[in-house]
Amino acid sequence: MNALRRNVLKGATGAGAVAVAVAAGLLKPTQVLAAPRSAFEAKNVADALSGLGAAGAAESKDITIKAPDIAENGAVVPVEVTSAIAGTSSIAILAEKNATPLVADFDLMGGTQGFISTRIKMGQTALVRAVVTAGGKNYTATKEVKVTIGGCGG
Amino acid sequence: MHMNRREFLQLLAVAAASGMALDSRSALAGKAPAGFYDVPRHGNVSFLHFTDCHAQLLPVWFREPNVNLGVGAAVGRVPHLVGQHLLKKFGIRPGSAEAHAFTYLDFTEAAKVYGKVGGFAHLKTLVDRMRAQRPGALLLDGGDTWQGSATSLWTDAQDMVDACIKLGVNIMTPHWEATFGADRVMQIVNGDFARAGVDFVAQNVVTNDFGDQVFKPYVMKEQNGVKIAVIGQAFPYTPIANPRWMVPDWSFGIRDDGMQKWVDDARANGAQVVVVLSHNGMDVDLKMASRVTGIDAIFGGHTHDGVPQPVQVKNAKGVTLVTNAGSNGKFLGVMDFDVRNKRVISYKYRLLPVFSNLLPADPDMAAFIQKVRAPYEAKLNEKLAVTDDFLYRRGNFNGTWDQVLVDALMAVKGADAAFSPGFRWGTTLLPGDPITMERLMDQTAITYPETTLNTMTGETIKTIMEDVCDNLFNADPYYQQGGDMVRVGGIEYTVNPNATIGKRITDMRIKGKPVEADKTYKVAGWAPVGEGVEGEPIWDVVAAYLRDRKVIKGVKLNTPKIAGIGKSNPGIADYSGELS
Repeated sequence: MNALRRNVLKGATGAGAVAVAVAAGLLKPTQVLAAPRSAFEAKNVADALSGLGAAGAAESKDITIKAPDIAENGAVVPVEVTSAIAGTSSIAILAEKNATPLVADFDLMGGTQGFISTRIKMGQTALVRAVVTAGGKNYTATKEVKVTIGGCGG
Repeated sequence: MHMNRREFLQLLAVAAASGMALDSRSALAGKAPAGFYDVPRHGNVSFLHFTDCHAQLLPVWFREPNVNLGVGAAVGRVPHLVGQHLLKKFGIRPGSAEAHAFTYLDFTEAAKVYGKVGGFAHLKTLVDRMRAQRPGALLLDGGDTWQGSATSLWTDAQDMVDACIKLGVNIMTPHWEATFGADRVMQIVNGDFARAGVDFVAQNVVTNDFGDQVFKPYVMKEQNGVKIAVIGQAFPYTPIANPRWMVPDWSFGIRDDGMQKWVDDARANGAQVVVVLSHNGMDVDLKMASRVTGIDAIFGGHTHDGVPQPVQVKNAKGVTLVTNAGSNGKFLGVMDFDVRNKRVISYKYRLLPVFSNLLPADPDMAAFIQKVRAPYEAKLNEKLAVTDDFLYRRGNFNGTWDQVLVDALMAVKGADAAFSPGFRWGTTLLPGDPITMERLMDQTAITYPETTLNTMTGETIKTIMEDVCDNLFNADPYYQQGGDMVRVGGIEYTVNPNATIGKRITDMRIKGKPVEADKTYKVAGWAPVGEGVEGEPIWDVVAAYLRDRKVIKGVKLNTPKIAGIGKSNPGIADYSGELS
């Protein structure tokens, strides 16, 4: 238990640094978006992928998605994506059955490790899709996350 | 058991007719069949394992299921074998004491011959006997120990905590324990257990914020100079199957990667034997054993499968043994390893039934149990009704006890239909037994007992049934939660376990009429996982029903038609519904 780390972080900031920056007017929300607004507003996976410029992305085994098999809380599903593809410059996450499937898109500066960790909201059981851009090409992988009503176990 | 000579002779005749004569004479005389508890030690490292006792301190009846279907790769494989199929697989003689312990066959007759099972005073005698031959053997408690009885609920689990310390438990991992709330769990782990030297381990419980370990992932011990590690694996879906708000800061999950990391860590720290104390459920354990390397044995529970011998699972670097030790204090697993040159070279395993007539009660434990119960005896012994029927719970789809619960819910609440969770705990009653408050609490004693009456559309009802059915029959064990199908009162249906979610439940009918998707129905239920739900506790609702009925007889079991599993699936036998 890293009690010290926990206390320091809780004491230092109530919110994430990016949120603080937005609140302070340093960044406009649209400036934070890596992908075009149209991709985030797309109502289906195909349009979201087109918006990202990633239609026809190739399936890749070099992308690992770590997410629960069954979500404990659909409102905050932890998702980690690791890309072992050289020159990874962005990682996007889609929850395929969400009303607007594109959840996040991260731009990575040159030399950054191809790894992101975040929490996403999911309304129902769906594939979580990662889209990685590297060297101007697009790659993708999926993992199913089940969102269940709960109860009745054991 | 009290009986006169005439009844005794009649029983022997019944026993003989059903092939039970060999063991039954000695059993009736209160003696174990020759060699029954004679288990000489093999090797130099031993583990004793019990799991899912569900807080049953006294001996009980517990009937094993006649429906325990496997899906996907698990069809017809251990643990999805019932009745004769299980006996045949493990070479158990029909009619023997073991056949009674491991199957539902001839349950009521055999129960009268062999008597009740479990009870901590009898378990204590057996544990001590095994330990006498195995100095240093570790006693592992696989969880679901603090919940399942009136006294554990009313003492806030203290009776079971004290009983386990007296029993000599060394290491434990949780599931239902969490339903006493995170604060109570930590109070016991850091208080009673810490003082008594009981280790509480779970590699797959971490904090929601930073992913820090909540409990020790594993402990190192030493037996006869051999270093061993025991890794804990709590029930992965606790915050889903049970109320998340009771453990708001903890995240569970299967966490194969964490398991591999801790196995490697234990080996790096010199462990020559690495075992996992698991509450995954057997199908999940079998899959985990095929993916994670370096584990000698997984001692499993949760799915309540009484499996006589371990399954040997091959993986990339060797073989892992997977056991499952039943429920309700009915069994004690005894695993002996012979460890030479820093590795396990052979094993012997027995899953010993705890027949309370054949094992004298440990006086100290018996006195403790009596003392714990004393303030509650009058309440426990209130006779609510008598049952003429055989009342049991276990089975994938329904049990007669659950039918009584849903019948009571519909009658008292004026509902069209009722749901009751597919719990696998809950004791059995023989025809003629009184239904006391204690026996009703065996079926209902949980910390979120509220009953509800909701208006649902036919579509919602189907969605709920499909969702629960997928938790039971998803072809991938990692998506299974290990309970049984929600018990349904008032709705007839057909189920195809091998279909996919949304397509398993068909032909739903209420009072003979098809359930309409947009029509609304009144549906009663209990055990809400959401926070803040109010309602009369289930035991009060059912007690009122039982007091009114006085005699329970002719319970009509609502069992679905089962489609798509063939007529010869070894996971089902003597099914009262239709098969196709």
